This record gives sequence, C-alpha cells and structure tokens, in this order.
Amino acid sequence: MGTIGLLVRRGLIFILMSIEVMLNAAGLAFVAAGAHWGQPDGQVMFIFILATAAAEVSIGLALVLRLHRQFKSLDVDAASEMRG
Amino acid sequence: MNSVFYLSAAVAIVSTVLMLTRLNAVHALLYLILSLLSVAVIFYISGAPFAAGLELIIYAGAIMVLFIFVVMLLNLGDRATAQERSWLKPSMWVGPATLASILAVEVAYFLLHQPAQSLVPREIAPKVVGVALFGPYVIGVELASMLLTAALVGAFHLGSRHVEKSELRGLRQPANSETHDVDFAKPGIASRDDLVRVGNDRPAGAPRPDLHPHVD
Repeated sequence: MGTIGLLVRRGLIFILMSIEVMLNAAGLAFVAAGAHWGQPDGQVMFIFILATAAAEVSIGLALVLRLHRQFKSLDVDAASEMRG
Repeated sequence: MNSVFYLSAAVAIVSTVLMLTRLNAVHALLYLILSLLSVAVIFYISGAPFAAGLELIIYAGAIMVLFIFVVMLLNLGDRATAQERSWLKPSMWVGPATLASILAVEVAYFLLHQPAQSLVPREIAPKVVGVALFGPYVIGVELASMLLTAALVGAFHLGSRHVEKSELRGLRQPANSETHDVDFAKPGIASRDDLVRVGNDRPAGAPRPDLHPHVD
C-alpha cells in the first residue's frame, strides 16, 4: 500500500508518508513474527526500524524544506532539472 | 479477542487508504496518525506492549509532529487563515474521530475484560526486550546511535541557510552567468569567502557586505 502511494502521489510530503507506511508495515511484520515465535528479537528489530525511520524522516524533511525554498513547490518533477 | 484484532486491522487499512486518497496534506497526516495508532493497538493485543508504547511515543508523537510542523511551515502565506479554517471544518474531522473512537472503545474493552486466552501464547515483557537489545544486539544499538547522529548532523547541515545560499548561486550560475555572478568590485566584498562568512566575524566598523549582489 505504501508502494502504491509512492508510485501514485507526486507530492514530496506524500512520498515521505508512504515511506513511513512501508517502514511501519515492515515493523508490524517483525513484531508479529516475534510474537508468533515468542522471541524478543522482533521487537528489537522494530526498535531499529524506528531509529531508521526517525533518521530518514529528519533528513527527508530537511530536504523538503530546502526544495521548497529553492523551487517554491513540493512537486518532485520540479526537482528533475537538477544536474548531477 | 480475535474480533478486536480484526477490527483494529480494518481500521488500520481503511485509514491508510483514506490517507493515500486525501488531497490535503494535513488530512492525510490525520489519517496516517490514525493508522499508526491502530498499529499500536495491534502491537498491544499481540503481546508486545513495549513496541506499542514506542510506536505511540516515537511514531505518532515525534515523527508526526515533525511532519505537521513542516506542513504548517510550508503553508505560510496570505491564504493561511482561510486554509486553516477549511482544515477545521466538521466534515474533515468526523472521519478520523469515528475511527479513533473505534480504537478507544477497543482499548477500553480490552482493558476492562482482560481475556483469559490471549491471541499469542505469552506476552513479551519489556525487560526481555531490553536484555536482548543490550545483549546480542548491542552492536546494532551502537550502529543506530551513529545513524541518528549522522541524521542530526545532516539535517542541521541541510537546514542551515549558508548552504542554501552558496548552492543556490552554484545552481543558477550556468544559466546566465553574467547577471548572477558575484561583483567582486563592490566595496565590502573582497572575496567569495566574505559572502559565506558574513555576520560571523565581521569587524565592528566594517561596511556590511552586500548579501544579494545579483539583485541589482
């Protein structure tokens, strides 16, 4: 579902939210597997996913702010004129 | 017990679909918060109270506040008040409120009628998680701390205005380099370093360097 959102929406904020949904689904799968086998490893992995998501969101939102200042829009297609 | 799980799973899926189909970013964020809350309820009833708490505090608390903060920051303008009025229309918060009340009723039911047979064989206590986290996974904890530090430094670097100015000039220069080039003949601008370093260690009597030489 998050992948669909990533493909459908063109807004930068929506793309970041879709990534959140995907990470959340991965964490849910980890916790469910850990609960199924009665092991704490699933929750440990969920904590790592949480840390990754926090780092990703902070960097992503900083990039969103920069893009908004530079291109005055949040459309990712506006950023395609960047030269690498 | 099973019905509670299925109900919260349905709330999660419905709120995620609604999140993807909203046009307004704030409404989508509202539904995303709801989806995270329902996932937290699923964690709780499947025997992972620690993960549920973390989901609530970090995802629904910190990350979503960051999102909302950025969305509100980007919407500053003339029509901000009109937009905020449209955000608070009753038809906008009825949907999230209904789904959230479903979740609240679920949690209340679960807390009041503590079921004898659980969905999972046994609950994984936070203590076990902590022992596993700092036992065999201590390398992962160190790596996560380094990742978070790198994210902090990176976000600070991306957010600072100094980078924006210098990179903006670099981006725009090749298009028409004559108009946007820095005029080094102006008083106060001895070198390109003055543009970057302005405001930091300028002498008290020195003339203020022109920060936007490309304007005139």
